[in-house]
Amino acid sequence: MSDYISHDHEDDGIDRRGFLHCMAWAGTGLLWTVSGGVLASKTLAQIAKAAGPLPATDLSFLQISDSHIGFSKEANKDVTETFKIALDRINSMPTPPAFLIHTGDITQLSKPEEFDTFDQVLKSCKTKDVFYVPGEHDVLNDGGKLYRDRYLKSVEAKGSGWYSFNKNGVHFIGLVNVLDLQAGGLGQLGDEQLEWLEADVKDLGTSTPIVVFAHIPLWAVYPQWGWGTSDSERALGYLKRFGSVTVLNGHIHQVLQKVEGNVTFHSAMSSAFPQPAPGTAPSPGPMNVPAEKLRSVLGLTSVQYRQGNNALAIVDSNLS
Amino acid sequence: MTTITLKNKLAALLCGFTLLALPLFTQANEMKNADGGAGGDTRIEIKDFHFNPQTLTVKSGEKVTWINRDEEPHTIVSVEKQFKKSTALDTDQEFTITAGAPGTYSYFCSVHPKMTGIIIVEK
Repeated sequence: MSDYISHDHEDDGIDRRGFLHCMAWAGTGLLWTVSGGVLASKTLAQIAKAAGPLPATDLSFLQISDSHIGFSKEANKDVTETFKIALDRINSMPTPPAFLIHTGDITQLSKPEEFDTFDQVLKSCKTKDVFYVPGEHDVLNDGGKLYRDRYLKSVEAKGSGWYSFNKNGVHFIGLVNVLDLQAGGLGQLGDEQLEWLEADVKDLGTSTPIVVFAHIPLWAVYPQWGWGTSDSERALGYLKRFGSVTVLNGHIHQVLQKVEGNVTFHSAMSSAFPQPAPGTAPSPGPMNVPAEKLRSVLGLTSVQYRQGNNALAIVDSNLS
Repeated sequence: MTTITLKNKLAALLCGFTLLALPLFTQANEMKNADGGAGGDTRIEIKDFHFNPQTLTVKSGEKVTWINRDEEPHTIVSVEKQFKKSTALDTDQEFTITAGAPGTYSYFCSVHPKMTGIIIVEK
């Protein structure tokens, strides 16, 4: 811990620098690499420890999520600072990612000044290409207009902001599941988006690796807390024939993973604050965590798909 | 002179109304609060992603106020669009409506749609 705690005035094992440092481990993000149709994930902490550059890959990109710029409660009173630290980590990577994916909740309250702060801080990132999907916090009062005006300039977005693009033979699909939510329900894609999705992947070969990203999980993580998407089964039905499908989400501020056939679901950490494990608290709100305990609950997850026989390997380890 | 007298009388009348109306309004509020036990609480607290009470019975014309005690923003949206939706309420922010025609009004939080509640308005 000596690397982290240097000014422990209250003798509680926590100082500001150490707290922010630990929060950075919580909130930095994941690096996804694609090589020959095989996807694997590593935390940035793992990458930072590596002495040399990353192994040569066809494509590497990075997922960041849930920045919540504007949040200033107990769980993290300086989310802008932890977001900056996350970007510093990305900038110090030996092999820069080709682009970033932000899986939503850029802001806490969809305020223009919160988006402004995010944009200003993001300028320090050496990786300039960023692909977004909105979180429910980004579309609070205007149905997402402000979000769409700012963050969809580089893509050909349809409807309320969904789109797809190709990079190095991988087909990426950004979905919106935080709008027009129904009373008592979960996240929702809606008929129009689902019809678009069906048409979007119709002509792709089954060997095309697919990466889907959306804010709310596309699997039933914990429906009692709204952690799922009501019509995700239909979406996944259109993707069933593909040999490698990776579904990335944010929203729940923790790493969780599930594999179903050729589909791997993976949720990312936040750069702002953690949330409780499903069902372990009265509500899914921000969770206060002692800084010195953070690393023991953080970890890295490596996933590998092997096309052809569909064998896959998952390795999890923590950072302690 | 006549004009001035009329103006003075109008001014006096308006002042009178204002003075009269203010205590009446305050009194009505106090009475409503005092009757809270029998007629139903007119405040709904949002805590731990729940509306509390989840079902509230009020009389037509009474005010209903939601207050957000969570660190997450929440909204109040009528399922049948029977009243204007709130903007996102941050911590400790409030939203008030006046109960209209008798009936049952379902509402939810459009940010966390698992959160639902009911207002029953009686005559």
